[in-house]
Amino acid sequence: MTADHAHDRPGPLAHHFTELEQQSDSVKMGMWIFLLTEILLFGGLFVAYTVFRAWNEEMFINAHKFLDIYLGTINTIVLISSSATVALAIRAVQIGDRRKAVILLTATLALAVVFLVVKYFEYSHKFHLGQLPGKYYTFTGVEGSNPHIFFGIYFATTGLHGLHVLGGIIVLGWMLFRTARGDFSPEYHTPLEAAGLYWHLVDMIWIYLFPLLYLIG
Amino acid sequence: MDTTFERSYLKTPKGLASWLFTLDHKRIGLLYLFGIMGAFLIGGVFALLVRLELFGPDKTLMDADTYNQFFTLHGAIMIFMFIIPSIPATLGNFLLPQMIGARDVAFPRLNLLSWYVYIFGSVFAVYSIAAGGVDTGWTFYTPYSTESTGAVISMTLGIFILGFSSIFTGLNFIVTIHKMRLPGLTWYKLPLFVWGLYATAIIQVLATPVLGITLLLLIMERTFGIGIFDPAMGGDPVLYQHFFWFYSHPAVYIMILPGMGIISELIAVFSHRRIFGYKAIAYSSLAIAFVSFLVWGHHMFTSGQSELAATIFSFLTFLVGIPSGIKVFNWLATLYKGKITLDTPMLYALSFLFLFTIGGLTGVFLGALAVDVHLHDTYFVVAHFHYVMMGGTVMAFLGGLHYWWSKMWGRHYSERWAKITCALIFIGFNVTFFSQFFLGAKGMPRRYYNYLDQFQPLHAFSSVGSLILGAGFVVMAVYLIFSIFKGRRAGTNPWGAMTLEWTNPTPPPPENFTEPPRLEYGPYDYDRVAVERTDT
Repeated sequence: MTADHAHDRPGPLAHHFTELEQQSDSVKMGMWIFLLTEILLFGGLFVAYTVFRAWNEEMFINAHKFLDIYLGTINTIVLISSSATVALAIRAVQIGDRRKAVILLTATLALAVVFLVVKYFEYSHKFHLGQLPGKYYTFTGVEGSNPHIFFGIYFATTGLHGLHVLGGIIVLGWMLFRTARGDFSPEYHTPLEAAGLYWHLVDMIWIYLFPLLYLIG
Repeated sequence: MDTTFERSYLKTPKGLASWLFTLDHKRIGLLYLFGIMGAFLIGGVFALLVRLELFGPDKTLMDADTYNQFFTLHGAIMIFMFIIPSIPATLGNFLLPQMIGARDVAFPRLNLLSWYVYIFGSVFAVYSIAAGGVDTGWTFYTPYSTESTGAVISMTLGIFILGFSSIFTGLNFIVTIHKMRLPGLTWYKLPLFVWGLYATAIIQVLATPVLGITLLLLIMERTFGIGIFDPAMGGDPVLYQHFFWFYSHPAVYIMILPGMGIISELIAVFSHRRIFGYKAIAYSSLAIAFVSFLVWGHHMFTSGQSELAATIFSFLTFLVGIPSGIKVFNWLATLYKGKITLDTPMLYALSFLFLFTIGGLTGVFLGALAVDVHLHDTYFVVAHFHYVMMGGTVMAFLGGLHYWWSKMWGRHYSERWAKITCALIFIGFNVTFFSQFFLGAKGMPRRYYNYLDQFQPLHAFSSVGSLILGAGFVVMAVYLIFSIFKGRRAGTNPWGAMTLEWTNPTPPPPENFTEPPRLEYGPYDYDRVAVERTDT
């Protein structure tokens, strides 16, 4: 055995695991725990949402009317579709169809970009109207107490979610590259599965954000 | 020529780059050790400066603004850069794979990344000293933290980043303990230190993200003024306290649980007796982890939360006493009729028992609603906290560090100097902090720069104690560093211990075990098998 601690066996099995199944199980378990931390991270924002909605019920209902329900719905469909394409891409790798996997991952990436573009238009429209968070809030059309808080929470939640979409684009882009390079096989595609899990979580969080922000009242 | 040494993880491979890019959990443990020792030095200097200022009333050494910054920096650095990573990231990293017969942790690259993230976050935190300092206290309570002119953003950003390092370590350990155990090493055959690390890792993973979002919201509050913590804008500063303590109360169990794990090892080894109540100790760690999430409101008894909430939180706080008591009584029962040897690690373990019990019992005072109204925000809290954290965690860490020192470096420290130092630290600690219980009960508020003349004798007494404590740590640094180069060569199993890490060569080779480890006996089978001490 070489003294160097880095990869000293060829193939995807890392030096410190005894078999591929152990490695694959470990990676997936690690990813699930990471997803748990993500839920708790967003959990803080959901708590803030609950508290301030309870305190400013009318204002929340009035303010939410200024969110574009059509763009929100489009984005929801876009993200759910991208979750489907990434799941199908994993399936394609499992049956050894690399070409199909590459097409499906490219579609996933394209949908993720569409989501951010739509978000960009929503954000810039609100910036234009002065519906900005906290002390920069200048809009006067919302009735009720503390409308700046609604937009503060809106930007905090969707902004943090948007950063996660951006992170997903980077991770999925890397996975697309590795799939195209031929790193994955029906026997070994753990990183792709882990990336898929992450992408589903990003989707899941949006599925909660969408009704809480766009569909109240 | 000492071939074990040449083939050990310390010497193979050689060169600075081989350390900075190492994936070996043992080397990463040592990198963390250097990191946290640096943090302990900086935090300790601030502590001594704070104590010197408090030697007399009025201005003794520095002005009030500087004093505010120094106690903040002492707290923030000691908590986020020293005590949270202290045991898991150093001893945990070094030992966990060896204790479960694995070659490494589950994610070695994530492990190295966590160290770099730790350094990166620490740079931000330390930079805030240069960028004007922070004077909010380590709790960053709003609204002051949103208005203070200090470098709050770089400090909180640093702590946000440090949180990732803590999460990575916790995630790595959970997966390692689940998936990397030697075949046949079932859960009830694990050393109790591993159970302690497991319970710690659960809290690290579940609580730290909440601190992350809290600090992000605080940063947003400062930069965009989103107003959710600002009453003038319809926000609520108490909400900040809820968020903050939802992490920071469980965090004190991140600090103490691995320490309790070390104590379980030390008490069994130096009593040469099977640990009493193995399962009770193991499960009480998980119970503490669970209850830790339900008690955060006891930090806000006087902050205006509802009386009903306060009553429930007070009741839940008392529950923590049950698993903690289970542990202490099991340790005592292990000592009973044991063949006790008083080597340095055992002296620290006994100090822990004594000091942690005082710290724990005074915690019950603070958890009681009516008593807390009197003691809240006084030196009583400061004394309680330091008895649990320094008298508890730091004593356990020092005990563990001495116990596994020879495994890490292959050499022994001077037993005589170590015992003298242990006495210095024990005396210095009690002089410093026991006096603070009296100060607090008499009404001396914490964090104050100035005080009434009547408090002066006790403050001066406490300051003298801190100098003894500081001297103890200086002596320790000298004999430990000396031992790395000139210490007596240590054998495989100098304490006659039964856990797996004492079956491999000392210091261990990079792959941990030269031949596949075998499970011939459990970690505490002192009544069944006689293990020889091998120390040459």
